Amino acid sequence: MIKSLHKRNSELANSKRQLEILSNGIFQNGDLPKFKDKIAETGQFPLKAKKLEILQINVGYMCNQVCEHCHVDAGPDRKEIMTRQTMQQCLEVIKNTGAHTLDLTGGAPEMNPDFRWFVEEASKVGVKDFIVRSNLTIIRANKKYYDLPEFFKKHNVHVISSMPHWTRGKTDKQRGTGVFDKSIKALQELNAVGYGMPDSSLRLDLVYNPSGAFLPGNQASMEKDFKKALLDDFEINFHNLFTITNLPISRFLDYLIASENYEDYMYALIEAYNPQTVKSVMCTNTLSISWDGYLYDCDFNQMLNLPVNSKVKHISDYNEELLEGRTIMISQHCYGCTAGAGSSCQGSVT
Amino acid sequence: MQKTYYDPADLKKFGKITEWSEELGNKFFDYYAKVFEEGKLSAREKSLIALAVAHTEQCPYCIDAYTQDGLQRGITKEEMMEALHVGAAIKGGATLVHGVQMMNKVNKLEM
Repeated sequence: MIKSLHKRNSELANSKRQLEILSNGIFQNGDLPKFKDKIAETGQFPLKAKKLEILQINVGYMCNQVCEHCHVDAGPDRKEIMTRQTMQQCLEVIKNTGAHTLDLTGGAPEMNPDFRWFVEEASKVGVKDFIVRSNLTIIRANKKYYDLPEFFKKHNVHVISSMPHWTRGKTDKQRGTGVFDKSIKALQELNAVGYGMPDSSLRLDLVYNPSGAFLPGNQASMEKDFKKALLDDFEINFHNLFTITNLPISRFLDYLIASENYEDYMYALIEAYNPQTVKSVMCTNTLSISWDGYLYDCDFNQMLNLPVNSKVKHISDYNEELLEGRTIMISQHCYGCTAGAGSSCQGSVT
Repeated sequence: MQKTYYDPADLKKFGKITEWSEELGNKFFDYYAKVFEEGKLSAREKSLIALAVAHTEQCPYCIDAYTQDGLQRGITKEEMMEALHVGAAIKGGATLVHGVQMMNKVNKLEM
């Protein structure tokens, strides 16, 4: 298993270095337009936050996997974990916000020792859509996680899981040896309790990230291919597939540079830039909360340490009115969310 | 002087061919886009046909474009290689089937 960039003391573990790379070179010499200038062409700069719809909480960077493309740089060696005290502050916000979706992410959120307590408490609030982003293999990682499908069902959690391909080779290459088999087993167990079955209200969606320096294909076509292959080969059902573009930050940026694909990838993102997606990018209706309670426009900005441009910086000072209308923090990584049909944690945006 | 006949950066300039013949260029690109739409054949199947033809035509731009396209569609490397063998078989068969012409000629001329 590879180590996180942090553990390797890689220069890319430093968010400032990542932002320098994203602003220099091809963007400094004018070969490619900066994101700010590109969205200004259609009068969409500055990008402003609209009414909050999705509260995304990152409960920690610890993970049982070390995926090659991970924008969180998550892994077993990451120790940043949300405390129960910060979770309590989040619960206060969840109770009072008008957001319809609560989205728990990580790392592997299930590895946070207070994860179950938080899910139990948060599920009492009654948000319309309560998402847990589960990497699937955690369900098979250890006996203490075997009952997760039942636990999710009990709290009517919407499970969204990563699955880069329906074949073992592509999946294991991106996410580690053995991940495919464990993921298949976990999906079958989720199906067994009702998740993802046709007409079931227990939502099970999959996320597809390309396993390399290329953009995702059409979401509807890929969903069709995934559904056929997983059903034919493994009798697995799921509801929707979300295609997500890999953003050029953290471990994916490290991969792009090491494989000499960085410039071509940035060209590809800009060539596929679609101005229609800008009005629907997720940062305009989402707020991302880090393990230590700080606020960001999205999970990617969290990893780049680009906090919200607002007087309110921390969950303990949360004020929805002050946050609404804030100017979104952007850099060239944002091209990842505006390529083709657009990309968000809920898949395509157009 | 340009050192190679092919420059990968030229692929991005393909659209510029319309500049010297706008009507024909636009007609070509409209036709091209229509051809690759979902039809009786899926866009995925068409991508694999294009990849095989790209190789039989030995067009480096097309190989670059349709390898990328295949990856984006989730096509596996095994499927891509299988498509290439279809192209190679037809290309090889097309060479060999002309052997019949050679044989006819030999049979006609030899005593």
